[in-house]
Amino acid sequence: MTWAALTALLSHWRRNRLQFVALIFGLALATALWSGVQAINAEARASYDAAAATLGESQFDQLVPRAGETMPEDIYVLLRRAGWLVSPVIEGRFDGDTGRVRLVGLDPLTAPGAIAPVGLDGDTDLGAFLTTGVLFANAETAARIGEAAPVPVVVDASVAPGVALTDVGIAQGILQAEGVLSRLIVARTQPMGVTPLETLVPELVRQPAQEAGADRLTDSFHLNLTAFGLLSFAVGIFIVHGTIALAFEQRRSMVRTLRALGVPLRTLVGLMIGELVLFAVLAGALGVVLGYGIAAVLLPNVAATLQGLYGASVAGSLQLRADWWLSGMAIAVLGTGFAALGALWKIATMPLLASARPRAWAVASGDSARRLAVCAAALLIAAGAIAIWGQGLLMGFALLACLLVGAAFLLPGFLRGVVGLAGHRASGVVGQWFWADTRQQIPGMSLALMALLLATAANVGVSTMVSSFRVTFVDFLDQRLAPELFVRLEDAADSAALETFLIANAREVLPLMSVEIEVEDVPSDLFGVRVGDTYREDWLFLADTANAWNRVAQGDAAVVSEQFARRAGVWIDDDITIGALGVFPVAAIVADYGNPLGQILVSEQAFRAQFPDLIPLQFGVRSDDPEALQRVLVETYGLSEGAILNQARVKAFSVEVFERTFTITGALNVLTLAVAAFAILMSLLTLAAIRVPQLAPVWALGLTRRSLGGLEVVRAVVLASVTTVLAIPLGLLLAWVLLSFVNVEAFGWKLPMYLFPGHYLVLSGFALLAAGLAALWPAWRLARTPPSDLLKVFANDR
Amino acid sequence: MIARVLVLLMLWPGLVMAQGFAGLGTEADGFSIPQRGAAFDFPADHGPHPDYRIEWWYLTANLEDAEGRPYGVQWTLFRSALAPETREGWQDPQIWFAHAAVTTSDQHLVAERFARGGIGQAGVGTDPFEAWIDDWQMVGPDFDNLRLTARGADFAYDLGLTATGPVIFHGDDGYSVKSAQGQASYYYSQPYYDVAGTLTLPDGAVAVTGQAWLDREWSSQPLSDTQTGWDWFSLSFDTGDKMMGFLLRDEDGTAFSSATWIAPDGTTTAYPDGAFRAQPLETHAVARRVVPTRWAVQLPDRDVDVTVTALNPNAWMAVSIPYWEGPVLIEGSHGGRGYLEMTGYE
Amino acid sequence: MRKSYPGAEGVVEVLRGVDIDLAAGGTLALTGESGSGKSTLLHLIGGLDVADGGTIRVDGQEITGLDDTGRAALRRSTVGVVFQQFNLIPSLTVEANIAFQARLAGVADAGRLAHLAQALGLTPHLSKYPEALSGGQQQRVAIARTLAAQPKLVLADEPTGNLDEATASDVLDQMLKLVRDTGAALLVVTHSPAVAARMDRQVHLSQGRLA
Repeated sequence: MTWAALTALLSHWRRNRLQFVALIFGLALATALWSGVQAINAEARASYDAAAATLGESQFDQLVPRAGETMPEDIYVLLRRAGWLVSPVIEGRFDGDTGRVRLVGLDPLTAPGAIAPVGLDGDTDLGAFLTTGVLFANAETAARIGEAAPVPVVVDASVAPGVALTDVGIAQGILQAEGVLSRLIVARTQPMGVTPLETLVPELVRQPAQEAGADRLTDSFHLNLTAFGLLSFAVGIFIVHGTIALAFEQRRSMVRTLRALGVPLRTLVGLMIGELVLFAVLAGALGVVLGYGIAAVLLPNVAATLQGLYGASVAGSLQLRADWWLSGMAIAVLGTGFAALGALWKIATMPLLASARPRAWAVASGDSARRLAVCAAALLIAAGAIAIWGQGLLMGFALLACLLVGAAFLLPGFLRGVVGLAGHRASGVVGQWFWADTRQQIPGMSLALMALLLATAANVGVSTMVSSFRVTFVDFLDQRLAPELFVRLEDAADSAALETFLIANAREVLPLMSVEIEVEDVPSDLFGVRVGDTYREDWLFLADTANAWNRVAQGDAAVVSEQFARRAGVWIDDDITIGALGVFPVAAIVADYGNPLGQILVSEQAFRAQFPDLIPLQFGVRSDDPEALQRVLVETYGLSEGAILNQARVKAFSVEVFERTFTITGALNVLTLAVAAFAILMSLLTLAAIRVPQLAPVWALGLTRRSLGGLEVVRAVVLASVTTVLAIPLGLLLAWVLLSFVNVEAFGWKLPMYLFPGHYLVLSGFALLAAGLAALWPAWRLARTPPSDLLKVFANDR
Repeated sequence: MIARVLVLLMLWPGLVMAQGFAGLGTEADGFSIPQRGAAFDFPADHGPHPDYRIEWWYLTANLEDAEGRPYGVQWTLFRSALAPETREGWQDPQIWFAHAAVTTSDQHLVAERFARGGIGQAGVGTDPFEAWIDDWQMVGPDFDNLRLTARGADFAYDLGLTATGPVIFHGDDGYSVKSAQGQASYYYSQPYYDVAGTLTLPDGAVAVTGQAWLDREWSSQPLSDTQTGWDWFSLSFDTGDKMMGFLLRDEDGTAFSSATWIAPDGTTTAYPDGAFRAQPLETHAVARRVVPTRWAVQLPDRDVDVTVTALNPNAWMAVSIPYWEGPVLIEGSHGGRGYLEMTGYE
Repeated sequence: MRKSYPGAEGVVEVLRGVDIDLAAGGTLALTGESGSGKSTLLHLIGGLDVADGGTIRVDGQEITGLDDTGRAALRRSTVGVVFQQFNLIPSLTVEANIAFQARLAGVADAGRLAHLAQALGLTPHLSKYPEALSGGQQQRVAIARTLAAQPKLVLADEPTGNLDEATASDVLDQMLKLVRDTGAALLVVTHSPAVAARMDRQVHLSQGRLA
């Protein structure tokens, strides 16, 4: 009996192959987008971590020479033999064929945790790495090294750009620096009872592990990608929900018949669940593979983005990991379950003698439209409440969910309203029929249009977010990297002389003096700044009072970072007590991204008065010709090249990076819209069968099939336009939630939101194009429907 | 990432400690091969043999504190050569690594070190004797009088060792056969150290005394292709007799056994394959593996029929190449203490 | 006229040479068993389908050579068809349905529409949607819609086939009366002798030929 019932149930799919394809592909696409974005995220994060670790700077304390650039390698052996777990690093540059390459020499045997030459795989000869030598570099760096390679080069995409990694001994040879090291990496865990470093090696300075500011930015980027992945999946689930609901509606009569023939309801529902799980697994597997494809195609861009952004490198190749399979399959099955719940419930509760005639499906009736509208209102009110009173990251995501689902539920009502209004305005008879007919199609198209709504909104939201991120970041770079050169001294005794020399040769000299201090219980960096043109012109405030810099210059006020302000609970005009310096009113708030410490700026005079012994070792230098000044500093003044950082170059590079972000965002935009277009296509194809009886009378009364087909395309575009009209504000709300709510909850800072009407226009255009393209085939099919098929509608024996 | 390097090290021909014994090559690749009948030359042979692939200085000690509580201590220095030569500086192909452990009935504290030769971070010298890696060392004026130190994040020890008997040789005068195919190593021991010193544990310092057993072994092709791991016993009986015995397990379920009986005066008897027997009586799940931690051990020729039980069944060496190693208690025909090492349990 | 369709067992000849004349103002019943080809004949005359051979003249116009657009125009303004079912546009109100064809043909006249609605008893239902009407009412809407466009020829395919006897007679009465008022010709396809008897002439079709 079970087998017979199953055969009967499955026969539906044989008869309705299109539905089957829609179900499997809808689910597969949803899973694909989800797992694709996840894959990109995971891979990017893993590789970023590896690359950051390669540089060894973000994770571990370092021992560096107090004076000079190098230390004898005996110090390394001395420390090891004293029990200290340190690992040697030598760094330098060598000339490749087409440019200089930074060479990093490590010891794979002692490097702590995740540090070691990356890419040592089974094919690599460890003996060769340790003894005769191998360089690891990414393809670009390898090309730059070219024929000048002192030892064989192994291309490994996960090595940071511009860096070649090798064994420490090999590096010494290449750099002609036998017997010396640049620094030592200090493992986090040390043996018990080791002699303090100050006693053992007073000539070395221990630099604490750097607070990884870039990590926070990367995390923000990943969080946003994850949100995007979820949105994409939601789009896919709308398709699946629609398909399942339709298939179940159409099988109502079959279910009734089977039950009448004695198949227990429990068996039937069980069979249907089994059938769905099977489909979900099938489609999930397909989706994971598709997602892998998407990720593999997009990954070079992601890699480029992260690499450029943070100097972190992302492996260009991708492995299909077990956890993606698992999460992909899980989300496919759960998504299907979620989408099928309502349909199964209806089947389970359907009275045996209920009308077997398929009702117009899902949200067809006015009743359910009203119910949807009520749900929408409730969800949107909840969203509003969360926006006002909610706190925490979870609430941020709840807000997103309420907003999105609420808006989606609102869509059918909104469409009915707009189309109804248009119908009233229409004058021609065909026009009136068109609008009336369009209105009638709304229930059938709702789910697909909801998918389009979410896709477009997600795209608008993400593009706003990424663009705002970019504008803000560039501004931030402008203000923080305003000095063209950045000069660092090793010896405090040189400070005064260098400052005099710089003042004579540069436009503006900005000594950088800071101490770590707790202000209002917030761990912070206190800076003494020389208020001049640079601060006045380049620093942008999130909020400020009149004459802010003048008041700071006079020692009457302080400027604080946003993180500090939020954590200390102060805003402009509030007073803060800065240790022994006394009480300062807050004159302005500046943005400071990815810094866990608060920042407080007071005037140089106020700072020096309190910390007279603090000699500035770092100077920001403004110059109209930084390259020339750099040469003078090296050749005339005698600074080492490593002491000067050309920030103009850093800035240019960073700005270029964000352009790459758009490539990914653009690609993901196209993909989500493709999924939505698929939803529309499937809806139209499914509707086509229902459409014939609706269109046949109109045709019989004198409209050609061609014009009917044309009107079908116009109808899809019209519905898509109305949907887009709702999608743009929704997308902006989405961006607002991501920037002002989720980001604050996750990272403690708010990103200002910028609007990009041009983008939205293009995105809307894409959405309409997607809808139009999706409608093209069904319309073409309609235009080619043989008259006999149309006539069958009227046939007596129907 | 270091893990990947270690996978490599593990797969490197000559690393006997690996569980993946099957991956070890049996080709000698320019390395020297042990020869039957070769004469030992001391103190030179206490030092390294860089033309052999693998070598170790392997010390285990059964100790107890003033209250009679038992402790186990392990100190092992391994040498693994990438090429049969030594060089000055970083390019030295001699790689050194070491394991140290302290075992109590409820604690097992482990540390590990890596270094390469050529730069002074690790090595072994013979006059005076000194074996070291980082700050871990086994130094003496000579091989009979040693000071042994090591420390990890949560333990340290500092022990004095004094030999009260002679060095003894396993197999055929130190030529120890490891398989029916004839793979062999040079193998001698100093099982007669008296120990006194201090263990520093998370709860504080403990003064301990007891006995230690030092194994010296080197080879270039120690195992045959099909051998999957081993169970090694060093047992000190209350009678003053000592016994070393091992099983080399084959993938077909059989085992190759070998044993040395050491009389109180240091005279030895070597037993060929089959004389020494050991069967697991009880297993214990540790580190997601199942390891036998209670054994029935027999050497009928000496009327030995004993049960060997781990002091702490959780004595898992969670190092890059993990294995089980810990002190054991002996009951049955003979009483006593000893050490058990088990490798290749997956 | 001749017409054949590809069927499951090869090409099926539905009409094998049929000649029919119907003068303006005349009424004609076309009867025959299921599959006799009577609906096909009606479709050909109505410009809903294309004949394989022969000629059809409606209001003096040769329609066999018309293309899709020409036939659509014919359906709009010269011929009106009343089907057995699925006649109405579900998305439009009764009023809009009645006016639909007349407006397509450009001959909509409010007075005439009101008169037709009145005559067919539809006035109370004008703002309803077709799904809210009974079968008889729906058929009256279809008749009103057809007549509102003032076609020269009204074609009806089993117009009362889905109705009970009393309603059928009622609807037929109203249709005949209104058709006579406009002076149009009426061709009714039916298998009901009662319906056929109400027409001026009766023609029986059997196996694609006139009997």
